[in-house]
Order: sequence, then structure tokens, then C-alpha cells
Amino acid sequence: MLDLVGAFLLLAGTVFLLLGGLGLVRMPDLFTRIQAGTKATTLGTLLSLGGIACLRPDWALKLAVIGLFVLFTNPLSSQVLARAAHRIGTAKAPETAIDRLAEDKGEA
Amino acid sequence: MVELVVTIAAGLAGLAFLLALFRFLKGPSDADRVVAFDVLTIIAITGIALVALAEGRGIYLDVAVVYALLSFLGVIVVARYLERGL
Amino acid sequence: MDRARGVILLFASLLVFWLVLSGTAASDVVLVGIAAAAVIAMAFAGNLSFLAEFRATPSAVVAAFLYVGYFAKELVKANLAVARIVTSPALPLNPGFVKVRTRLKSRVGRALLANSITLTPGTLTVEMEGEWLYIHWVSVESPEVEAATAAIVAGFEHYLEAMYG
Repeated sequence: MLDLVGAFLLLAGTVFLLLGGLGLVRMPDLFTRIQAGTKATTLGTLLSLGGIACLRPDWALKLAVIGLFVLFTNPLSSQVLARAAHRIGTAKAPETAIDRLAEDKGEA
Repeated sequence: MVELVVTIAAGLAGLAFLLALFRFLKGPSDADRVVAFDVLTIIAITGIALVALAEGRGIYLDVAVVYALLSFLGVIVVARYLERGL
Repeated sequence: MDRARGVILLFASLLVFWLVLSGTAASDVVLVGIAAAAVIAMAFAGNLSFLAEFRATPSAVVAAFLYVGYFAKELVKANLAVARIVTSPALPLNPGFVKVRTRLKSRVGRALLANSITLTPGTLTVEMEGEWLYIHWVSVESPEVEAATAAIVAGFEHYLEAMYG
């Protein structure tokens, strides 16, 4: 039973990893790529690690540490990177409707 | 059954890795490459855990812990560098 | 007294982390862990621990559990949204940067809010300046501060306010 749950979680997790990769390739600009990349890979990693924990319950604690670490650091590195990219004026997709941040900095 | 699932999961993760690698090679900006690098390392964490599972060696999980730590620091450092140089 | 509480909490969480990582209770390993955790806790107390500003009242603990549940729900929703966008041939996007305001005063609370926003549907925190947050939104529903705040911030703020103030 636990094996079944583990197998399902593992497959679901890697499917989300794949969607993250797909988003990285298909999205039109850096910021949308960061969004797709961060969200899909965070959940994908958590699900995969959870699945592995179901298959090997004796590893659960260490897998939980890795999962928690990813959960806290992944959004942080994305934010730092997005901020840096915006500050150095990385190209935005032409569809970008509004940029309050650039307005407040007096750039727009 | 479990073995088959692990193989399929490894295939999916590998495919995700290739897609991210494509973005890493293509860019176009440095920041795009860093995002791709970030995603590559996160996929690699799952990859390492899958290897640990397939080989039945828990010690490999420690590699994943250290890898997660280093990749986080790496991305932060490069983002800082992009912002205003070292 | 606040400082002592911060030191003890940080020391305890670092020691637990060390024990989980080393996976043994051998006395030499534990001693090294105690020494390292003590040095770090005394050097960085009040700066690092996300427990430091936690209110530790019963209602804050309840809010913390509800927060985790709400966060998990939003994380799954965010991923289904990403999945829908990247698999549809037309890439339905309407990206933009909006500005929102938070009522949270605690630094830790604001940091958790920023992280939560990044992992929830279509939003990514780009810049923080005091009570203002700048958010990249994949499909902008409203460019106005009030409406964007209600859509992006309000859900998490409700719980985080009870936890950190």
C-alpha cells in the first residue's frame, strides 16, 4: 500500500519537474521563466522526495530535511535573482502590461 | 512494479533536465542561464535521491543535502554579482 | 529576556538539525554538535531564527497550523495553474509588476509572506521596501494597490498576523 502511494507521488513529482522544464523553455521572458521554474520544481521535488520516503521509510527524516531546505531556499533564490534582473534592466516580454516598480523608481 | 516506476520517474526527470539544459545553453541573458542552472540543480537533487533509491545506499542522500546547500549559495552569489559586481 | 529565549530556541533547532543530519547519537558526535550549536546561537541570536519573533500563544499555534494547510493548498493550485499555462499552445499570459502593501510589522513575518507569495499562483516577489512589496504577476487581474493587495496578500497575512504581528 505504502509502495503504491510512494510510486504515485514519485511519478507526480517528476511530472511537475518536467512541466517546470517545459515552462523554462516556453515562457517568453525571464520573470515568467522564474515563475514556472520555481513553483513547478519546488512542488515536484517535494512530491518526489515524499514518494521516495514512502518507498524507504527509514530515510524519511533525512528526506524531510532536504525537502524543508528546498522549500525555504528555492523561493528565496528566485526572489534575489528576480530583483537583480529587474535592477539591471533585463528585457521584459512585450506583453508586460504594467510595471509599478519601474514607475516608482522613475524609470518609466 | 516499483523498479519500473523508478525507471519512468528517472526518465521524466532526465527529460526535464534536458529542457532546462536547453535554456541554459540558449540564454539569452545571463540571468536566464542562472535560472536554468537553479532548476538544473533542483532536478539533480531528485536525481541523486533516485540514484540512492535504485542503489539502496542512504549515504547518497548526504550528497543531495550538500548539493542543495551549495546550489543555493551559488545562485545567491551570482545574483549579487549581476546586480553590482563582486 | 527576549535575547535568552532567542539563544535557547536557536540552539535547540540547530542541535536537532545536526542530530538529524548525522543520524547517530554517539557521544563524540553529540558533543561536537552541542559546541557548534552553542557558538552559532550566541553569535547570531535574534537574527536568524524564524522562531525568534513567534508569539507562542495558543492562537498563534493554531494560526501556524492553518497557515501550513492554506499554504499547501495554494502551492498545489499554483502548480496546476503553471501546468495549464505551459501546456496550452497559446501561452495565455498577461504579465506585469504590481505594488501591494502589508500590515505585518515583524521582519520574519514579512519574509515568510514574501516566500509564500512566490510559491502561490502566478505571483513572484521581486522587491521589498518597508511595507511595500513589488510583485511580478503572470496574469494581472488588477493594477490597483488595494485590489492587488486583497488578491495576493490578504490570505496569508490573516494567518501571519496572528503568528508574528
